[in-house]
Amino acid sequence: MRFVDEFRDPEAARTLAAQIKRTAKDAPPMRFMEVCGGHTMAIHRFGIPHLLPDNIELLSGPGCPVCVTPSTYVDRAIEVARESNERPVTLTTFGDLYRVPGGTESLEDAAGRGLDVRTVYSPRDALKLAADNPQRDIVFLGVGFETTVPTVAATIMEAREQGLGNFRVLSGHKTMPLALRALVEAPEVALDGFLLPGHVSTISGPGPYRFLADEFGIAGCVSGFEPTDILQAILSLAEQVVEQRPAVENRYGRAVRADGNPTAWDVVEAVFQPADSQWRGLGMIADSGLAVRDEWQDHAATPPEPARQSLEHDRCLCAQVLRGIARPTDCALFGTACVPGSPVGPCMVSSEGACAAFHKYGTGHE
Amino acid sequence: MSEERIKLGHGSGGILTRRLIEDTLLRYFRSPRLASLPDSALLELDGGRTAFTTDSYVVDPIFFPGGDIGSLAVFGTVNDLAVVGALPRYISCALMLEEGLPTAELERVLESMRRAAERANVEVVTGDTKVLPRGKADRLFINTAGLGVVPEGKPIPGGRARPGDAIIVSGPVGEHGAAVVSLREGLNLQSSVVSDCAPLTSVAQAVLGAARRVEFMRDLTRGGLATVMNEVTGPDRPGVLLDEARIPVRDEVRSICELLGLEPLYLACEGRLVAVVDPDSADDVLRSLHRIPGAEESRRIGHIVEDYPGRVALRTRLGTRRLLQMLSGEQLPRIC
Repeated sequence: MRFVDEFRDPEAARTLAAQIKRTAKDAPPMRFMEVCGGHTMAIHRFGIPHLLPDNIELLSGPGCPVCVTPSTYVDRAIEVARESNERPVTLTTFGDLYRVPGGTESLEDAAGRGLDVRTVYSPRDALKLAADNPQRDIVFLGVGFETTVPTVAATIMEAREQGLGNFRVLSGHKTMPLALRALVEAPEVALDGFLLPGHVSTISGPGPYRFLADEFGIAGCVSGFEPTDILQAILSLAEQVVEQRPAVENRYGRAVRADGNPTAWDVVEAVFQPADSQWRGLGMIADSGLAVRDEWQDHAATPPEPARQSLEHDRCLCAQVLRGIARPTDCALFGTACVPGSPVGPCMVSSEGACAAFHKYGTGHE
Repeated sequence: MSEERIKLGHGSGGILTRRLIEDTLLRYFRSPRLASLPDSALLELDGGRTAFTTDSYVVDPIFFPGGDIGSLAVFGTVNDLAVVGALPRYISCALMLEEGLPTAELERVLESMRRAAERANVEVVTGDTKVLPRGKADRLFINTAGLGVVPEGKPIPGGRARPGDAIIVSGPVGEHGAAVVSLREGLNLQSSVVSDCAPLTSVAQAVLGAARRVEFMRDLTRGGLATVMNEVTGPDRPGVLLDEARIPVRDEVRSICELLGLEPLYLACEGRLVAVVDPDSADDVLRSLHRIPGAEESRRIGHIVEDYPGRVALRTRLGTRRLLQMLSGEQLPRIC
C-alpha cells in the first residue's frame, strides 16, 4: 500500500531506533509527552516503546479531545435534547463521544431510553439530516481541536446559505497551545520534550508552539503517525535535549506547512471566537476554547450550565493520566472496574484515550 | 448482568456478547451440550452423530459486493456446521419481512439463497414467514437453522491446544467486514473489495483429513481473527502468538482500514476458518488446503506458546510485540 508501507518499513525503523539509542547513550533520563490521541494509538499499536532505550520515557498528555471534554458537556448535550422547543431534537455526534459517561448518564444510555442520538462521520452528515428532517432540530456535538473545527465552521456557514435554521452546534471545541502552556506551568510535570500534534499542526502550523522552547527550554517536534515518523520525531527530540538546543522542528513536512492552513483558520475565525474552556484534568483555561460568535448564534445550541456540577468517579485517575503524572496501569480501576466495554473514565472510552490504548494493545502486560 | 439495557455492543460478537451469553442466557439454559458454546451442538440421534445449529442474519445493507443477506444466511449456518466436522444436510428458512419490502428484492434474496444452498449441497426443508409493521424491522431479517451429519470414524475438532501447535487461517481476513463498511451511508467509498462469503465444508474436511490433531476450528465471523483467537486461549491455558507479517490481508482491505481507523484483524469474515493443529501435520494441512478452490491462500500465521498464558499476542512487522484483545464494544453496526 503506497504512502503507508514506506513509513512502516521495518529496516528503516530499526535504523532510526539504533540512531536514537546512540544519541541517548549516557544521557540522563528523558521524558517526552505526546499530545495527540492519534499518536497515543500509533505508539502502542506499533509497540514503539519497545524500540526505545531505557532512558527515554513516553507519556500521554491531553491530546484526545473526548478525554479532555468534561462530563458536564455530555450533561449539557442531553439537556439540549430535553429542552422543550417547538421541534424535537436529534443529537448528532462522532462515535467516540457516544459512550462517554456524563454526570448521570452517557449519550448511549440516553439513546437507550429513547433520546434520538445518531453517530455521524462528518458535520455535513448532520447538515444533510437537517435538510432531510425540517421538522426536527439537528444538534451537532462539536468536540475536537484545531483539526476538526474548520469543517464545523464551514458547515455552519453552509447551513446559513441553505437556510437550514434547524442545524445547530453545541461547541465544546478547544485549541491546543494554551493547554500545553498550562501543563508546563504546573509544577508536578517535568518534561523534556513534546511530540507535537500532527493533524492539529496541519491547520495551525508549528508556530504556536515556539513558546515551549523559547520560554521553557522544552524540545518540540511535529510528528506524523507512522512508526518511522514517530521515531524520527523522537530522534529529533533526543538530539535537541542532548545538544541543549530546544526548538520546534517539523518532521511531518509532507502534511504540515510552516504557516499551517490559513484558509481553514480564516473560516474558523469567522464563525468562532476564543472563550474560556473547562478541560478534564487541567481545569478552566482562559481562552483555550472556541465559542460560536454572536453573528452566528442562530446556529448555536446554548443549554444552561447544569446546576449541579457532576462529580468524576473518585478513584478514576484520568485527570492525572491526562497530565502525564500517572500511567493508566497505576489506576486501581484499570482493567477491572474500568474496561472498554464498560468504561469509568473518558481515557478508557475514547478509542484514542491513553487507557484504551494501554488496554487494547496490552502495554505493561506484553 | 451489570447492564440495565441491551446495547448495540452486545451484538458485536466480542466481549459484551460473550458476557450476555455467559452471565444471562446460560443461567436459563443449562444443557451440558450448550455449556462450551460450540458453533453447533453435537447430538446422538439413532446412533449417528448429528450437528445442529441456528443463526439470525440482520446485515445492513442487505446487498453487498460478493453476496447478500440470503447467501450469508445459508453459508453462515453451513459454516457453523462445517467447523464442528459435520457435513451440512438440511436448513430451515425463517423470514421476518418489513411491510413495504419490494417483492422483487425478496425474490432476489430467495434466488441467492437457492443458489447458495445448491453450492453448499444443503436442502431447505422447512420455514416460516412473518411480516412486521413498517419500522418494526429493517427490510428483511432471516433466521436459518441447520442439521448436518458427522461422518463415522472421522475425528472432530476440539480439545486443548498445546504449546507448539500451529495456527492456520484459510485465506485473507477482513473482506466481508470491509465490503459491508465500504457501502455504509455517507462514506462514499469506491472499492473493489468483495465479501469472502462462501461455504467452508470442503475446507474444514480438508483440515480434519490431513491433521493428526485438530484442537480448535472455528469460522471467523463477527469480531474477526483477533476475537476468535481469544477463544483458543483462556484462563489456565497457554497463550497464542501470531505473526503479523504472515497474516494474509488484501491491500484493498488494509486501505479501507487505514482510512476508517479500523483493524483488519477485527473485521468479520464469512468464508474463512482458523484451525489449531499439531505442528507435525501443519505442512500436510496447508498442502491439502492449497488444492481447494477459495483456500489457496491458506497460511500458517502463528502458534501456541507457553508465554502469554490466557492471552493473544501479536509480533508486529517491526518486531515489537503487543496484545490482541477481544473486540470490546462495537466496531461496525450489523455486519452479519
